[in-house]
Amino acid sequence: MLKYILKRLALALFVFVVIMTICFVLIKMLPSLPPEQFGKDAQVIQLRREQLGYNKPIMEQYFIFWGQALKGNWGISESLYPMSDVWDTFVEKLPYTVAINIYSMLISVPIGLALGIFAALKKNKWQDQLISTGVMVFVSVPSFVYALLIQYVLCFKLQWFNHTIMDYTQGAFAPSTFVDMLPAVLSLSFGTIAGLTRYTRAELTEVLTNDFMLLARTKGLTKAQATVRHAMRNAMVPIFPMILGEFISIMSGSLIIEGIFGIAGVGKLYIGAVNAIPPDYNFFMLLSAFYTLIGLVAGVVIDLSYGFIDPRIRMGSRK
Amino acid sequence: MIDNKNFENMNIDKSLFAFAHEGENLHDTKFDTKPVSSLRDAMRRFTKNKGSVVAACIILILLLFALITPLFAESAYTDSYSVGTDVTYLQYGYYLPKTKGFEGTGFWDGTKKEEINQATYRKYMAMEQETGRPVITKELGTVEIDDIINKGTLHVVRIDTYAQKGMLNVTLTQSQYDALLKWQLENDIQVIYPQVDRTKPTDPNDKRPVCLSKDLNIWYACDIKGVPVYGPGKTLVPAYLKNNTHPEYYYNSKRIAGDDGTYSYAQVTGSGAKSNFVVRVDSYNYFLYKYGEEPCFAFGTSSEGYDILTRLANGARFSFLLAVLVSLINLTIGAIYGAIEGYYGGVVDMTMERIVDILGGIPFMVVTVLFQLHLAQKVGVVGALIYAFVLTGWIGMASRVRMQFYRFKSQEYVLAARTLGASDKRIIWRHIFPNSLGTIITGTVLVIPGVIFSETSLAYLGIINLGSSSMSSIGSMLSAGQQYLKDFPHIILFPALFIALLMLSFNLFGNGLRDAFNPQLRGSEG
Repeated sequence: MLKYILKRLALALFVFVVIMTICFVLIKMLPSLPPEQFGKDAQVIQLRREQLGYNKPIMEQYFIFWGQALKGNWGISESLYPMSDVWDTFVEKLPYTVAINIYSMLISVPIGLALGIFAALKKNKWQDQLISTGVMVFVSVPSFVYALLIQYVLCFKLQWFNHTIMDYTQGAFAPSTFVDMLPAVLSLSFGTIAGLTRYTRAELTEVLTNDFMLLARTKGLTKAQATVRHAMRNAMVPIFPMILGEFISIMSGSLIIEGIFGIAGVGKLYIGAVNAIPPDYNFFMLLSAFYTLIGLVAGVVIDLSYGFIDPRIRMGSRK
Repeated sequence: MIDNKNFENMNIDKSLFAFAHEGENLHDTKFDTKPVSSLRDAMRRFTKNKGSVVAACIILILLLFALITPLFAESAYTDSYSVGTDVTYLQYGYYLPKTKGFEGTGFWDGTKKEEINQATYRKYMAMEQETGRPVITKELGTVEIDDIINKGTLHVVRIDTYAQKGMLNVTLTQSQYDALLKWQLENDIQVIYPQVDRTKPTDPNDKRPVCLSKDLNIWYACDIKGVPVYGPGKTLVPAYLKNNTHPEYYYNSKRIAGDDGTYSYAQVTGSGAKSNFVVRVDSYNYFLYKYGEEPCFAFGTSSEGYDILTRLANGARFSFLLAVLVSLINLTIGAIYGAIEGYYGGVVDMTMERIVDILGGIPFMVVTVLFQLHLAQKVGVVGALIYAFVLTGWIGMASRVRMQFYRFKSQEYVLAARTLGASDKRIIWRHIFPNSLGTIITGTVLVIPGVIFSETSLAYLGIINLGSSSMSSIGSMLSAGQQYLKDFPHIILFPALFIALLMLSFNLFGNGLRDAFNPQLRGSEG
């Protein structure tokens, strides 16, 4: 197993480097602004560009880029937040994205698991059908539709919440920030709850039909005991990595939600960098690296979870 | 031992042969039913699934909506911005949904409930007095309010958003002016209303009624805040401009009630043939004159004055078209790629899977941005978007087909075909591929909502710009309407409803198809 994990990690790293190389080359092919355009800051821009080797051949630039990037120097913002350090800005925004996702997971995981277990136990009864219908709706309807609904009803009509974070000086994990974030967290949670409910229900119904469940009941366990001690333990094996994967991948899923609720997190930074005129390439490189890494790590976690589900799956064999 | 040679030369007469069981009744099982093809079988299973059938009907209705709406809802008004260069439409934004036949019901009639202060209430009543079109359709009572912003009595009323707009200032050339004058006479409808005297008198003896407010809808004598200077009996005193002496000025058309022939209806700028006429027109009747019908928008208008109904239909048509195109391209690439991978396995599979890993690892958002940066100039925004979808979109299909090939390639009938000397190409396309057709069809159907969702999200985030006066997409409508969510939720309501319904139906439909084609997978995903 260890060998497989290492192989999988090495592959992910390789993919990451290849993707970053493609991004790097494509971005370098675009013209960058002449430093004169920055007026009094031209000197600084020139210096930072010099440091990143802008005037050297592209191969040399590439190695300088990695050398500097690993040290945390991703250059300087040229159009979005002119003159601010890209890495520092990123680190400043990251806590808000992390906070939203942690809150969302804290809400989603218990509710999703509970609903999934309940639906599995009541399989094909009206409770299960009700939950399954709800799951279908929330899995299908795009998150921004109910985000807009939540914003309109909770923030504008009932005015229970502010429609965005009012005070950024409090920090990302302050109670007041949490209250302001709540509509966004709710919007993000619906989809996760629905997904988790569906997955839990599917796994648990499968486990419940196993012979060992019958044995457990035969030797005198109550239904609750049998479910918790035998069925849940077995079902959790695939569910737990799935939760982990979900947690990692919704980091990139909060992009739209951050935009709607105006939360200054990484997602909003990315949209800002892309929509800036001209696009902020340094931000773009860093955030592309960030999202690529998230996707790859989530992929590795989910992939490893497949190994747990069914060790019989052996891909890549001939015939 | 029988001598073989004798047999070889033996000549048996044909007539000596007879059928072994001729005339006998062979008791083999006779099928009472007709054979069922796998497609028909899937169809039968599909129709049993009520939810999916309903979903399929909804998809059909939404598709018909996208296709048929332009036929009856496109008008001179929608043409004015999608084809022409006229920008009058910008004046007709923020109208609420209205349908003929619902007038006065308070639902779908272009009215909304509002709390307005005394000054606004007075202005609306005055507007009704001038044009005869009620702005306030229903009075629902009053509320007392006492906070930082407002103090006093507020009127709770229903306001007709189509009348609320009131007057517009329009600049016309002489020929346009003449045409409008002629139209007024022919149809007996007042479009142009007299100019209002807004110049402050310098001479203290000058007692003429003057309107000092800049508000186009205020036509009576008032101070700078719009508080009226009442005449006898607390009536409003008209402050219309009289006796226009500009050499180019003329007016030979319908006049408002109470006009003694001296009211001035236009302000002339320039001279001779190049003179322009600035007129104060009633926006409702001007619409009637300009576009040949009364304003009535079933889904309302957006902040820019676009008719939401036709824009939504156009956006939906664009989304459908894009999704079908992309899924067909991806289907072709994915099926071929997956078939080769799955069939040959081993090193071929390994290599091709690594390519998939790399492509699949790039976040879609990053791909789109890179394509927009590099290609949007050359092939347009939509072209670049299609490239982005195609670059990574086929991966899902490829892996599905690959799985199917792993499943089928070691089965007996493939072995039989190979034994009989069938080539790889023939085994792939004639024997294995038809068996994985169900998966492919399901995959294609499930790709369509994915593409629509991605396109909508990207347009919504502003990463791709699909909104212009002649083109729209659901995502760009949502993103344009989001800032007005608080006061004009109807701008966003219909696109959001549409996309929600579409996504839900497509997912239900896709799940139904999957269950129908692969009954053994049923319920594996809830």
